[in-house]
Amino acid sequence: MSAQEQLGVKAQTVETNVDRGSGNLKWRHFKGKILTVLGWFSIVFGLGMLLVLILDVVNKATGIFSGGTNWLTWEFFNNFDSRFPARAGAKAAIYGTLYTITLTILFAFPLGVAAAIYLEEYAKDNWFTRLVEINISNLAAVPSIIYGLLGLQVFVRWFAFGRSILAGALTLALLVVPIIIVASRESIRAVPSSLRQASYALGATRWQTVWHVVLPQSIGGILTGSILAVSRAIGETAPLITIGALTFVPFLPRNLFDVFTVLPIQIFNWTSRPNDDFRALAAAGILVLLTILLTINALAIYLRNRYQKRY
Amino acid sequence: MVGNAKRWIYGLMLMALLIPMIAACGGQQQAQPTATTAPAAQATAAPASTEAAPAPTTPPASELASLRGDILIDGSSTVFPVIAAAAEEFSALAPNVRVSVGISGTGGGFKKFCNGETDISNASRPIRTSELEACKANGIEFIELPIAYDGLSVVVNPQNDWVTCLTVEELKKMWEPDAQGVVTNWNQIRDGFPNRPLTLLGPGTDSGTFDYFTEAIMGKAKASRGDFQASEDDNVILIGVAGDVNALGYFGYAYVIENQGRVKPVAIDGGKGCVEPSFETIANGTYTPLSRPLFIYVRKEAAERPEVQAFVNYVFGEEFTAEIQTPEIGYVALSKELYAAIAKRFNDRVLGTLVKEGEEVGLTLDRYLGK
Repeated sequence: MSAQEQLGVKAQTVETNVDRGSGNLKWRHFKGKILTVLGWFSIVFGLGMLLVLILDVVNKATGIFSGGTNWLTWEFFNNFDSRFPARAGAKAAIYGTLYTITLTILFAFPLGVAAAIYLEEYAKDNWFTRLVEINISNLAAVPSIIYGLLGLQVFVRWFAFGRSILAGALTLALLVVPIIIVASRESIRAVPSSLRQASYALGATRWQTVWHVVLPQSIGGILTGSILAVSRAIGETAPLITIGALTFVPFLPRNLFDVFTVLPIQIFNWTSRPNDDFRALAAAGILVLLTILLTINALAIYLRNRYQKRY
Repeated sequence: MVGNAKRWIYGLMLMALLIPMIAACGGQQQAQPTATTAPAAQATAAPASTEAAPAPTTPPASELASLRGDILIDGSSTVFPVIAAAAEEFSALAPNVRVSVGISGTGGGFKKFCNGETDISNASRPIRTSELEACKANGIEFIELPIAYDGLSVVVNPQNDWVTCLTVEELKKMWEPDAQGVVTNWNQIRDGFPNRPLTLLGPGTDSGTFDYFTEAIMGKAKASRGDFQASEDDNVILIGVAGDVNALGYFGYAYVIENQGRVKPVAIDGGKGCVEPSFETIANGTYTPLSRPLFIYVRKEAAERPEVQAFVNYVFGEEFTAEIQTPEIGYVALSKELYAAIAKRFNDRVLGTLVKEGEEVGLTLDRYLGK
């Protein structure tokens, strides 16, 4: 809006350059500066808060500033949970998180992208399509615990997967599929229709057009959206607790049907223990979770820069 | 260059499409033996029990090491520290037995247990009639085993110099539903208490601790005023009381041991004088009415499996029960005599509960000593 105003102002000043008082212009410039300062303040405030929180967590986990105990040790990665803080580690939770998230990607990504392609390129614009579209948008806003309840009944009980990694990953996949669909559709829609027309003009079929023209052009946006959706799933606790992911798991899963735990559950459990040292362990867990999350987000940025095309 | 990258991406996408299908197909075959733990466990139990007859006591180390199987435990967050510690120690003795413990609350645990989804259910109160019926409807039978005492501790700020002891009547005055919005000052509790605002903190309404406290103090489970700061996380209550001179809260005794100096436990007068919570007073039953027994419930079919027998016998053996009173667990152990009787109760497969609904407060465990 301000950009439009500025344009308008420019056009006016060209025409009525002489009539306008320069004091008025100064006042406008001043107002513009106020907005800039406010914007800066908002950014600094938001990022500053985040920085303080992260530094606090880093300090609690490693004792790097206040000279406390360093909890982010090799034992932390290589030990299972224990009632003694010095022996407790997050091995089961770290592996559980990595397994679950990998499976979630494998389930959700193909499904979400395929649905987006269908809705954008194939579906006729009728009441059924509109119904599906509305429902997908609504699903993207449903609280995650609802997916947990759904997963508990469908995957844990009906399919008899038990409280397994498979059931957990399927539940998380349900959670992120609507977000992937919405993001992928945006990206597919951004492909100029002139490219499609050109493809058709060369005699390509609809599928050939999708495969050789639309997907290559939109893959950057699709990957970014999907990875961001998955990084949301990493931090989810509620649906996994609902389907019955366990808290104390002193072993690594051997197959898809084994019980598991994930980092958010482990962190939550540690914060509620009586001994204060477990809070430091929780901070260490938060750091590991943050690292996994930021790595995945960095991958998203890399892929976007690599494959995104501009027109 | 670009073409290569494209092919690579498509290859990945195709793999992403195919792998779930393969996983699903492979999974279908595997699902039969391992998907639901209950039938799977039974399947493994059958051949194992023929080669090694179920031992009545903790088997020797060599035998423990050869055991394998999964034990699925869920239920109360209060019992969690005891059973997780037992699982931790047991896994060192029997590395091939995989014991996992979840937290669903006592009620949530019984729902899964009576659905046949878990082998052992942790409970911070005895099973209720409605839960008994749910179990019966699904043909689930169980062995009820008390495992430790927990003392609910009423705590105040260490700088609070006017409270050292409270009667049950005074606690009721603070917490009863009618107190809501009315009792807001310490001087309303007892003549002589200072004119200071009263800040109350306690566990949320889903917790078994809340159920027990209200039952013991108000005489009716879940009867409590609503205008107190509720949290499912006991550390929130701890921090709240540690930071406010006028605050009063309650939680398990384990938090008092681990945080000595940060909060001050209040002695409770249940009609026979003031008694402070301690390992002794909780164990010998003088700290009434706020001490309670904790239970585990073992499913009858699960109790036929050698790895479950070994685990339960380990839990009630002398080696582990000596650990229960250490600060890392923080509960109060039962007498040796009781543990022996309870282990016998398990090994004799005595089914059913010994506690009727309504008997929970002031429950003594003499009845588990045998006839």
